[in-house]
Amino acid sequence: MAIFVNSDTRVIVQGMTGRSGTFYTDQAARYAPCYVGGVRPGKGGTQHLDLPIFNSVTEAMSETGANASLVIVPAPYAGDAMIEAIEAGIGVVVCVTERVPQHDMSRVKKALQTSDTILIGPNSQGILTPGQCKIGVMPTRAAMPGPIGIASRSASLTSEIVAQFSKAGLGQSTTVGIGGDTLHGLNFVECLKRFRDDEDTDAVVLIGELGGRDEEDAAAYLASVDYGKPVVALIVGRYAPRGRQMGHAGTLSVLGGASANDKIASLRDAGATIAENADDVVAAVKRARTAT
Amino acid sequence: MLLSENQSKELLCQYGVAIPDGRLAHSAEQAEKLSKEIDARKYVVKAQITAGGRGLAGGIRFAATPSAVATEARALLGSTLITDQTPASGETVHSVQVEAAVDIAKNFYIAISFDPVSGQPMLLASASGGVEFEQLARMDKDAVKVHLLDDAAGSRDALTEFLKGIGIEGPEALDAIENARTAFCENDLTLVEINPFVHTKDGKWLAVDAKIALDRNASFRRPEFDSMISKPGTPTSEDEAQKYNINLVQLTGNIGVVANGAGLGLATNDMITDAGGKPANFMDIRTTARSFDIARGVEMLLSDPQVRVILLNIHGGGMTAADTVAEGVTFAYSRAGRKLPVVAHLAGHNAEWGTNILRDRNVPVETFDAMSGAINRVVAIAKTGGAR
Repeated sequence: MAIFVNSDTRVIVQGMTGRSGTFYTDQAARYAPCYVGGVRPGKGGTQHLDLPIFNSVTEAMSETGANASLVIVPAPYAGDAMIEAIEAGIGVVVCVTERVPQHDMSRVKKALQTSDTILIGPNSQGILTPGQCKIGVMPTRAAMPGPIGIASRSASLTSEIVAQFSKAGLGQSTTVGIGGDTLHGLNFVECLKRFRDDEDTDAVVLIGELGGRDEEDAAAYLASVDYGKPVVALIVGRYAPRGRQMGHAGTLSVLGGASANDKIASLRDAGATIAENADDVVAAVKRARTAT
Repeated sequence: MLLSENQSKELLCQYGVAIPDGRLAHSAEQAEKLSKEIDARKYVVKAQITAGGRGLAGGIRFAATPSAVATEARALLGSTLITDQTPASGETVHSVQVEAAVDIAKNFYIAISFDPVSGQPMLLASASGGVEFEQLARMDKDAVKVHLLDDAAGSRDALTEFLKGIGIEGPEALDAIENARTAFCENDLTLVEINPFVHTKDGKWLAVDAKIALDRNASFRRPEFDSMISKPGTPTSEDEAQKYNINLVQLTGNIGVVANGAGLGLATNDMITDAGGKPANFMDIRTTARSFDIARGVEMLLSDPQVRVILLNIHGGGMTAADTVAEGVTFAYSRAGRKLPVVAHLAGHNAEWGTNILRDRNVPVETFDAMSGAINRVVAIAKTGGAR
């Protein structure tokens, strides 16, 4: 089963013909044969990486039956690309582009209000259902199928945790990066709901950080339901100085905002098991599983 | 990217938000001269730094006469203000804003930013504005009320009703807020904060202090941003690192940290601090960085006398494979006179290759399979003083 994407997912790439688009599409298509085409206005009818190129998302969807899109276009055009995919009614949009302006994301979020499309990102490493489908830029060598669901705000830290799980013999159902930006699509609460309904997932790991309020919302959700599966949270940035941007734009709340320790306290109160640090996540899952 | 008070108020004024009559001065003499152009019974001299909290740190002074303005300006200019929002080393005052002091009937707080959930602009407002606002808002979350600003019909009526609940009334106040919102939407701003938004004794509404944040990611369509964010003084190492696709934040410890990814960098610094060590920096090598960019980042650490040992915590993936980072490190070491010991945890794509590159090129490196192993070792080295 997994969440959002599996071996039946048919993916198109918006921006496939660019340098990053070519590099990452090639990697992802080699990993799993989910890729059915690309979109590049003005290059419709041509081929790239042995896949057909279309002029628009709508055309690509009707020709290929695509139900997911990877947006890998440069930041100035990423907002419009996401809106095109949303308006075309595609099921899942994954945007890996960094540094999309907030006012563009505001328009994208407006488009989402009247749509059923799931937006993952921007500034996300994407989504991976090991052995079935990769829509994103993450390394896959250390990933393997299994019972752990992971939702995260960061990329390389997630890859490190995935590698630790696989080394311990625990594979992953789906790993999803919700992205490091202030304004993003999919949030932790929606990930938690999907993982709860997913029979392939036995335990869920949230990888959060200071800034924003995804973790607080996740805590409020967990406190409101009998979740039924162990939830482990790793929240980083406990010693980060206030008022500075620590890499991800989402770490800086222009109006203040919660510290990592506040988030840890809310999640612990809501029943989540807290991983002490990035080397403690696998052990924390084992602790949580024996406790339930 | 935050604008100074002076720039923030200039921009708001262009959009029709009333501000007190004021001038920007770079010397005490200039402050005195400019204050004579201002029609005022009393003056206020305000240190121009971008961090908040300056009122409580003595950065706002009152003066009755132009000569007193000069005295206060002299005391502020060149001084360093440390507030809970500046870096630990504080922020140097390069200029002061001289303004007509305002007869305040009541202070309010208003701000426009994006609601993270809906992604739409929202207005925050509070009936308790002024210098202590931030502390108050932290302790009492209900002190701030939130109103979504949408384009729907009747939105002005809804806004009027919302503001009435705060105690902000009258068309002048409403216009000021709508004008601030227009400025927010037309300039790729991520924050417009007016604190205090003052109702004066003679019934006017003035933005007595303001803070605006620009979205640097929109620079490609805002050529004017460059002129607004150029700061006096020499560029910091953080600005320099940005040019090389590295997000850097200087901290006060002695362990130089090289990590790829913001989350991994934060996780690394947490683990160092838990183990009793002190990171000298936060580093996030962006996926767009090439080995030459990384070399520049490592060179910055090697040339910083505060740094005594370097920790490499890399999980290779995508375009930043571990060997790309290793190449950058060896390049920096081949050019640097100061070869600090390196403790490394390399994992992910091409990790072994990266380790071999470091060893083959004689970088003084110790490698560990687990992060905690590397972190305990680097903290132990730092505690004995590391290398000079």
